[in-house]
Amino acid sequence: MTEPVFSVNHLNVSYGGNLALKDVCLDIHPREITAIIGPSGCGKSTFIRCLNRMNDLVPGAQVEGQVMYHGEDIYGADIDPVTVRRRIGMVFQRPNPFPKSIYDNVAFGPRINGFKGDLDELVERSLRRAALWDEVKNKMRKSALALSGGQQQRLCIARAIAVEPDVILMDEPASALDPIATVRIEDLMQELKQEYSIVIVTHNMQQAARVSDKTAFLYTEVDEESMSRWGILVEYGPTGGIFTKPLDKRTEDYVSGRFG
Amino acid sequence: MSGARAMDARDGHLLSERPSRRRLWTDRIATGAMAAAVIIALLPVVLIFYYIIREGLAAMNWEFLTQAPPFSYRREGGGYVNGLIGTLMMVGIATVISVPLGILAAVYLVEYGGRNLLASLIRFFSDVMTGVPSVFVGLFVYTAFVVPYGFGALMGAAALSIIMMPIVVRSTEEMLKLVPQEIKNASYALGAAKWQTVLRIVLPSALPGITTGVLLAVARAAGETAPLILTALGSLTITTALVGEPISALPLAIFDGARTPFAAGQARAWAGAFELLAIVLVFTLLARVAASRSSISR
Repeated sequence: MTEPVFSVNHLNVSYGGNLALKDVCLDIHPREITAIIGPSGCGKSTFIRCLNRMNDLVPGAQVEGQVMYHGEDIYGADIDPVTVRRRIGMVFQRPNPFPKSIYDNVAFGPRINGFKGDLDELVERSLRRAALWDEVKNKMRKSALALSGGQQQRLCIARAIAVEPDVILMDEPASALDPIATVRIEDLMQELKQEYSIVIVTHNMQQAARVSDKTAFLYTEVDEESMSRWGILVEYGPTGGIFTKPLDKRTEDYVSGRFG
Repeated sequence: MSGARAMDARDGHLLSERPSRRRLWTDRIATGAMAAAVIIALLPVVLIFYYIIREGLAAMNWEFLTQAPPFSYRREGGGYVNGLIGTLMMVGIATVISVPLGILAAVYLVEYGGRNLLASLIRFFSDVMTGVPSVFVGLFVYTAFVVPYGFGALMGAAALSIIMMPIVVRSTEEMLKLVPQEIKNASYALGAAKWQTVLRIVLPSALPGITTGVLLAVARAAGETAPLILTALGSLTITTALVGEPISALPLAIFDGARTPFAAGQARAWAGAFELLAIVLVFTLLARVAASRSSISR
């Protein structure tokens, strides 16, 4: 067994005092696709945003517990979130290209990180790896906002891999796309997993079953008395097992579509 | 309800029924009232433009653009080149002072200050300052700077920059607020520090809007008269001195010429008004083009 990329220990997240995620423990392994599934509001996005400290940007968010990244706690006192995010890239739910040219979008990360080298070559390589090069090579100076939604999302992936991260986090990367664009993104993920560790949040169970190696099922726990609710990790394991022989009743109900 | 609808359908009147007479007339009257309001609101603007262009063009010539006015208002000929120089100098200096400060203050308000005490104070005083009559600003500069150092271009520029600053702050703040959080997040997720995100993403994205706000401020400053009477005073000769010497400005020269009883002086004032209008228009167009070049349009 290889060393895990992430080792999450007893992670609790709250927003303004309201618990959102309770006591999550799991290991994420390199060069695998790990899918996070679960119903709306169960804390999937909250979880993935802990892995690159994007939750720091949400006012009132508080994170307890450990997120070990190659043996180093990314919430450690001497860790700069900016450094964390340079190693751990992220692709968001809605394509969010900068209002700049296609070239400048991809070149943004390397530029701010002080990249010294052949920027043109790096941009081309990133766009090729994101399977977008052939569609945009003749309009690199055109606005990224003129691309279609699927192209924009692949551009965002190219932008994320241009800084050569170690991990790519994807927060429902295909939920705003049509089925054809979704297939392209999924194919792309299979390509990317040769070099990167990928964590994907998805609403779509078929997608999780198709693309991922491991699946984590989060579910909402409700406290009847205070009517407060938070997410817990119900089950985590190889994707095949989660979808065919789930150990927990709630997982079985969810993946078989009985609720959620 | 459903019964009535079914009955209508049976009679074949579900869609072919005509709107009632009352609704038809309400619609016509409301549309007419709105059109009338638009025309009444536009009328003064159109008339102002019409008179300035008609009277201004009649008095406009090369001499007007290149000569200082004669020492007697009664005499014909001469022009407002002294006022043009003064306006360009004072508005230019005021822009150089107020725009960087105003934009930085707005960045502080949106990205750093949030709702803290300092940010609230800046917002409050910016609002108050936009409402203060500009003659008070002139009086302040008069007591603070003109009394010890005398009239001059720098004093005029100081007054104009005080007038411009709150306009720049508030309009820039509104524009920065419109930059979507999503693209800021994208920048942070790539490992950009806050200052890099502000400098490379937030400000460029908001640039066209910021430019519009700056232009409003410049146009306002270019047309200010009252504070300049107290700080630049006005002059009939050409000067480029920053301090120690009264200096003219187009609005001052227009004010001066327009209140004389002599046709020659009034004609120069019309031409000056036309010149000021043209300058503001040209600057607006130039800045718009520059802003749209440097950012990517949708």
